Amino acid sequence: MNLIDIFSRQRKTSLISLGLMLMILPWIISHGFESGNSYLRAFDMALLFIMLSLGLNIVVGYAGMLDFGYIAFYAVGAYTYALLNSPHLQALLPAWMMYPPFIVSIILAAGIACVFGIMLGGPTLKLRGDYLAIVTLGFGQIVRIFLTNLDRPFNLTNGPQGINNIQRVHLFGLDLGRPVQILGITFEPVHLYYYLILFFCALIVVVSLRLQDSRIGRAWVAIREDEIAANAMGLNTRNIKLLAFAMGASFGGISGALFASLQGFVSPESFIMMESVMVLCMVVLGGMGNIPGVILGAIIVSITPEILRDVINPLQMALAGRKVVDPETLRMLIFGLVMIVIMLVRPEGLWPSSRRRAELKPQTKGIALQEKDDMQDAERNHD
Amino acid sequence: MTEALLEINGIHKRFGGLHALNDIALTINKGEIYGLIGPNGAGKTTLFNVLTGLYQPDEGKFTFNGRDLFRQKPYVVVESGIARTFQNIRLFANMSALENVMVGRHVRSKASVFGAILRPPSARKEEANIRIRAQELLDYVGIPQHAEELACNLSYGDQRRLEIARALATDPKLLALDEPAAGMNPKETEELKALMQKIRNDGVTILLIEHDVKLIMGLCDRIAVLDYGKKIAEGLPEAVKSNPRVIEAYLGVAPE
Repeated sequence: MNLIDIFSRQRKTSLISLGLMLMILPWIISHGFESGNSYLRAFDMALLFIMLSLGLNIVVGYAGMLDFGYIAFYAVGAYTYALLNSPHLQALLPAWMMYPPFIVSIILAAGIACVFGIMLGGPTLKLRGDYLAIVTLGFGQIVRIFLTNLDRPFNLTNGPQGINNIQRVHLFGLDLGRPVQILGITFEPVHLYYYLILFFCALIVVVSLRLQDSRIGRAWVAIREDEIAANAMGLNTRNIKLLAFAMGASFGGISGALFASLQGFVSPESFIMMESVMVLCMVVLGGMGNIPGVILGAIIVSITPEILRDVINPLQMALAGRKVVDPETLRMLIFGLVMIVIMLVRPEGLWPSSRRRAELKPQTKGIALQEKDDMQDAERNHD
Repeated sequence: MTEALLEINGIHKRFGGLHALNDIALTINKGEIYGLIGPNGAGKTTLFNVLTGLYQPDEGKFTFNGRDLFRQKPYVVVESGIARTFQNIRLFANMSALENVMVGRHVRSKASVFGAILRPPSARKEEANIRIRAQELLDYVGIPQHAEELACNLSYGDQRRLEIARALATDPKLLALDEPAAGMNPKETEELKALMQKIRNDGVTILLIEHDVKLIMGLCDRIAVLDYGKKIAEGLPEAVKSNPRVIEAYLGVAPE
């Protein structure tokens, strides 16, 4: 047996054990802790954020286009799902369009988000860096403002009140809104949703990995590295950049649709700019362009505030005997501080790709080679 | 063998008031090494950018291998068989040498997004072939040992070779090299010369911009000289060398 076999076998075992761990995670959490179910909700949200940050990672991490309005695609996905699966538009839409099967809803949400991705990408192809960031920031705001104001002239989005009564997911004849008994074990809805979201999250991880190691993924990185050279190598940079926007947006759309189905309610408030910034933080903190890093970043950024919520109050009571600062304020303060420290100490992120590490922290080897070259150049000049 | 591969006629390119290319006509035949020389600012690189689609010419005719390439996009130009390198090396610095060459294969491979995600056998095979071909090309230019090295960590001469390998990965009929010997020592220049001859013998026509007159004279079958955006001479190296207009352009005119 050669080394590669051993390696892949080890990988297989660790993948299987990771899978098992994720499968029993909800049981550990909901039985081990007092506020278990709220933690499980936090995990559901963390999984949604993993999908979002993997989508943004394609745009920012691979293709190198800074996007500050990414949450708009999450919103588009969520509203698409909500409109199709709630009584809100029943009077307007023909009956056959309402309450489509779950998978159809998800595909439609992904598809419409994808169209929005191309709508954003098309006009901004020539922009890059800060300028692109400004336009995408505006795009995110436009989508949110539309959602808030499209209750007139006819009521499409129900304005700031949002859409409620979104139907619970029905899958294979199973109603995910009710506890299910399988083999004597009771699965609460929050468990069922956890598995549903976990499935889609795993799917998106696999898709991300495969895109990364493909001709498309290489083309994205090449465009980020040097667009003119990429052009001269025969890459159709316009289409490839649009593809990055479209892929990123459709990941956001899927995540949004799952969010709407989990929540049962969507309103424009869930899609403020702060959320875009958070997703970008996850990508940057974890390590742009590296899938495990981005996943780590998403987990840390979405779970840490939840943990702090539970820690801060008892701590204040123990130290000062009363509530000194509002926990919500303190939570964000600590969180912000942690982010700043990490970015100062590890600008390449917690778990960067080797590429990004090389870029931000040139290895001594590279410098040595550079010096050698300089010496050679000096010798040449003497010739 | 005097079959024309590339033909341009009456090419003009203006940048505002600057007439960078003025009525340029060239014919490059299959299988030759064609040299392009001229003083700094003569328009050599502009012509290069026009030929590779990075600049759109204002007027003129541009046919390559029987195909009209006037004002075509770079990817169409590359697809029809023109590949280039850059004067100041433009590699994908933080990708490995192998990955750099693999990017060059993009235009000769087809896998779509769905191919990439679903990985049917055809996509797997294509990906494996891309890798094999890229490694072959690194062997061909003589840097197989650096396959996994990041491009930015390679030495200057190896970066030049890598750029050539990346350009060859697009299966070009015409390889356009923009000052490949710039900054090389005599030994490296000799090796480069041998590499270019090898490439030509394998059936790729070469268009070469170079300042190293010795290299140009020893290597090229025909030479064109540009000055102030105009072609002032064209022909065999020996004839060009003794052309009074060329000497004037390079050295100026002796005062009467």
